[in-house]
Amino acid sequence: MPRLNVSLLTGRTIDQGTGREHGKLSEEYQRSVAICEMDPDDIKRLGVRENDNVRVATDFGSVVVRAVKSARAPHPRVIFIPYGPWASLIVNPETHGTGMPSLKGLPAGVEPAPKEGVLSLRELLKKHFKRE
Amino acid sequence: MPVISNVTCPVCGDFCDDIEVTVENNVITDVKNACAVGAARFLNYASHRQMKPLIRKDGELVKASLDAAIRRSAEILADAAYPILYGWSSTSCEATRVGLELAEEVGGVIDNTSTVCHGPSILSIQDIGISSCTLGQLRHRADLVFYWGSNPWSSHPRHIERYTMFSEGRFQRSAWKKYLSRVGGILTKKRLQRAINLLLGRRLPALPETNQGLPYTMFQKKRKMVVVDVRRTRTAEAADYFIQVKPNKDYELLQAFRMLIQDEELDVDEVAGVPIEVLEEVADVMIGCELGVLFFGLGLTMSEGKLRNVDAALSLVRDLNQRTKFLIMPMRGHFNVTGANVVFTWQTGYPFAVDFSQGYPRYNPGETSMIDILCRRESDAALVIASDPVAHFPQKAAQNLIKNPLIVIDPQPTPTSLMADVVIPSAFVGIETEGTAYRMDHVPLPLKKIVEPPKTCLSDVEILQRILHEVRKTRGRVN
Repeated sequence: MPRLNVSLLTGRTIDQGTGREHGKLSEEYQRSVAICEMDPDDIKRLGVRENDNVRVATDFGSVVVRAVKSARAPHPRVIFIPYGPWASLIVNPETHGTGMPSLKGLPAGVEPAPKEGVLSLRELLKKHFKRE
Repeated sequence: MPVISNVTCPVCGDFCDDIEVTVENNVITDVKNACAVGAARFLNYASHRQMKPLIRKDGELVKASLDAAIRRSAEILADAAYPILYGWSSTSCEATRVGLELAEEVGGVIDNTSTVCHGPSILSIQDIGISSCTLGQLRHRADLVFYWGSNPWSSHPRHIERYTMFSEGRFQRSAWKKYLSRVGGILTKKRLQRAINLLLGRRLPALPETNQGLPYTMFQKKRKMVVVDVRRTRTAEAADYFIQVKPNKDYELLQAFRMLIQDEELDVDEVAGVPIEVLEEVADVMIGCELGVLFFGLGLTMSEGKLRNVDAALSLVRDLNQRTKFLIMPMRGHFNVTGANVVFTWQTGYPFAVDFSQGYPRYNPGETSMIDILCRRESDAALVIASDPVAHFPQKAAQNLIKNPLIVIDPQPTPTSLMADVVIPSAFVGIETEGTAYRMDHVPLPLKKIVEPPKTCLSDVEILQRILHEVRKTRGRVN
């Protein structure tokens, strides 16, 4: 299965901002943050299509999210996941003595995940935090 | 229909104060002047909220009385040896003040969200110093605006309109028309490219758009905007010039600019993926401006180098002031994160990550900061207010947070409140209860009460005061 080595960025988007205001448990929120914005050429290279699921893995975990074409390419080998519970599963907690974890510019791998679904927020919490 | 004007918007660090809200029968029916996020907050806040206090019993959150929830919270905090009190950036300064008193009473660690936001900027400002100002100054005078590692179009949607490029200042004109013609040009180019591809039946490679020579607008005596970021954002499209820096290479680029404005030669072809000729031209524009400003975002604080990136940015601005007038400002995220820092500093001497476990305030980010304490599993209870660390902390820190008793004070259900042991619903600050908050440039503004809160929801201040009172009662410190 093809795998791309990329640099992972996390950050705010306007959709994440408005999705959050519909409630963290809402469909809008999940649709706006459980995604991975990729360069259209990288999506092609991976052999997937837009809105297919991909697994993004770092040294700290892995998560399945929906691949979305970035509106402002090119940015080859750079992917973007909005802040939220999905992105938080794979970022680096190391603060290097500053108090600030490393949330941008992380080395990551992306591969197609055709048989895996994106976890809903409640499923994600149950799986990773063992509480409901 | 009663229209309430000059309402402040309790969402981002811009803290806009010109919102008009229409209220009918205690329900907000219309919002004017707000951005998409602000409007979504005012119009949707009531559709998803926690109305009753909850306490976890046998693994499940069940409804409880407010008194029982307050008592349980006080017990948890009073019994803990090293509790953490986290959040504070989306509530009022008045609530933060009570929170600090509570932290001192229980001998815990109190930290606000700047610990995972502009904490490194604060550390750097303490080292280097900052030449800053209020946003009004920039609205009227700034003719060169840099956004570095920041995408205000998404995170502070009205920043460009109210304070920089699109604002009509006394000495600087709005650049709306220039923007419209540029966006028209970009769209035409994209359409042409698509038409050519269709005609030829194959895909021609897109023309490179970044890091080429500067456009003529950069040399005009008018307002201009430069965006430096690792990817082209919507803000970058609004800019006169976009510099695409390689991820984790901001430090190199900032230091290169510092050398260039000191007339040093750089014996390389490119720095951080940007050709040296481009850097030289941009450095000349920086030196030639009347009043420049550099807004920086989390692109600097969250990537490799962290506070050292901010060191370089602050030093660049200090150096530029040898040649012209230049200012710098962090793009603060939550509407009252600046207020949290200010109140923390008044009360304890330190802006975040304050540890009261020794009986006096101690500050050592990296040791007394939230993520580090959680990753080392040192805390034994937590109170989270107006924040959602389970959604936004790295997995390991969030998992350790919920291993100990957790109290959440929040108006709405969040991943953190779903994991909590005690949930106390509060009134929405700035909608259902008033207070004070600080805009990103340290200007304090009032938060307005525009509708009545539900009867079961007290303000953050009242909830915290009651918990504090209960803690003191259990310790025999009140009669």
